[in-house]
Amino acid sequence: MAIKLPIYMDNHATTPVDPRVLDAMLPYFTEKFGNSASRNHEFGWVAEEAVENARGQIAKLINATPKEIIFTSGATESTNLAIKGAAEMYREKGNHIITQVTEHKATLDTCKRLEKYGYEVTYLPVQKDGRINLDELRKAITPKTILISIMYANNEIGVVQPIAEIGKIAKEKGIFFHVDGVQAVGKIPVDVQKDGIDLMSISGHKIYGPKGIGALYVRRKNPRVQLAAIIDGGGHERGMRSGTLNVTGIVGLGKACEICQNEMAAESEKLRKLRERLTERIMSRLDETFINGSMEHRLPHNINISFAFVEGESLLMGINDIAVSSGSACTSATLEPSYVLKALGVGEDLAHTSIRFGIGRFNTAEEVDYVADRVVETVQRLRELSPLYEMAKEGVDVSKMTWQTAAEH
Amino acid sequence: MAYSDKVIEHYNNPRNVGSLDKKDPNVGTGLVGAPECGDVMKLQMKVNPDTRIIEEAKFKTFGCGSAIASSSLATEWVKGKTVEEALAIKNTDIVRELSLPPVKIHCSVLAEDAIKAALSDWKKKQGDAEAKPAEPATAASH
Repeated sequence: MAIKLPIYMDNHATTPVDPRVLDAMLPYFTEKFGNSASRNHEFGWVAEEAVENARGQIAKLINATPKEIIFTSGATESTNLAIKGAAEMYREKGNHIITQVTEHKATLDTCKRLEKYGYEVTYLPVQKDGRINLDELRKAITPKTILISIMYANNEIGVVQPIAEIGKIAKEKGIFFHVDGVQAVGKIPVDVQKDGIDLMSISGHKIYGPKGIGALYVRRKNPRVQLAAIIDGGGHERGMRSGTLNVTGIVGLGKACEICQNEMAAESEKLRKLRERLTERIMSRLDETFINGSMEHRLPHNINISFAFVEGESLLMGINDIAVSSGSACTSATLEPSYVLKALGVGEDLAHTSIRFGIGRFNTAEEVDYVADRVVETVQRLRELSPLYEMAKEGVDVSKMTWQTAAEH
Repeated sequence: MAYSDKVIEHYNNPRNVGSLDKKDPNVGTGLVGAPECGDVMKLQMKVNPDTRIIEEAKFKTFGCGSAIASSSLATEWVKGKTVEEALAIKNTDIVRELSLPPVKIHCSVLAEDAIKAALSDWKKKQGDAEAKPAEPATAASH
């Protein structure tokens, strides 16, 4: 089978819309265009029915009830609503929030803003494998703690946190538990009952749905969670999120969840095999390569590898017919290497050499082989160019050298 | 990020990749940058002590495409020049030639530093009276 270039293997950033999702959405742009809040005519009823159907599809995937699903513009908004909404609603109960250092910026920056308003935030460190230590979580809890916010799985290294254990601790202490479920929902089994989750952010475009649609799961009993809205208006979504509903997006998100529900078991197995094939084909042919993060607790479609002595951006430039991401500083606006890898204790030198592969529903074994071959040949070529590789081969311990500009930072 | 055609050309066909014998008294070696900053350049030049003309130049670089292109270009430019002419090469010349965007200016600074460091090493080996220890032209702001 001929390979079509470029190859997309950056499925943690976004995913293409599944054609079945698009088919489900299309009628709601044209003949079924109604406003789901129009209560007095057929157009509104049709739209409302579609929205309620989608609510059911999403709820089913995570073992929630349809009424517990609130639609938003995306997971960033969901996370803002969950954290700010709970912080405001329960201000009298306390002002302390616990999160951890490798969270997505949607969580970290929301917490930082709350700190400006007098909230206190504990940012738990992670261990070398990328997971938090549960004892440290227990120790961080105070009588003022109102919320714990921990991601299900990390977007760079795919590491899955001990969510059910955290949920148990939160429940024991009567603290609400928000989970950024963006990378995990639809990919691995997520069950808000078993996992003890009270609030969870979900994104459409990470699960082969459209961009611009997300959801927040808000628990209605045991315990009932209330949120202060951050967008006020017509009182949609039980007053938690005003604004005319994005009916097409909602239909797409619902359909995307239904497909994930039906196909997850087979799909995750397929992706795991492709991931193993990719990892094996790369790492067996190159020395000095390192996997970042736990392999045991990891999303099936993620692998993050550091290629020592080869700077990440130059590697991406060499494999420009393949779409992947790098933790290199040069690929970010800030010129800082990945804060996630840093938190794992990966040295900055190795953080600069990391590549994230996110295998997706539409990748094939042929594509995986092509990607592996291109990565191997490019790393080999760039190592021929690398003074660090040459020094390492001569037996110089590069990490112990004193570098001219190192002191300037 | 879009690269200029010249950066891509140097990245795909780097000039003068390799190493010279660093023990040779006529070879000056400059090693600048740091792995934790994401770029390290090694630049070596073989200088004729009588004519002070740079007869050979080789580089190896760990860094982004712009860093590789900057050092590749530097080796091209110094070859055939006298030591004094090579020392007159400014990072801004490299920025202009490669159309480097502002975030990549530090790559050109590093290349200028590498030229100066290599020639300073050569002068030291020659017992040159004016030899000074290698000093970075300007702090590379990473």
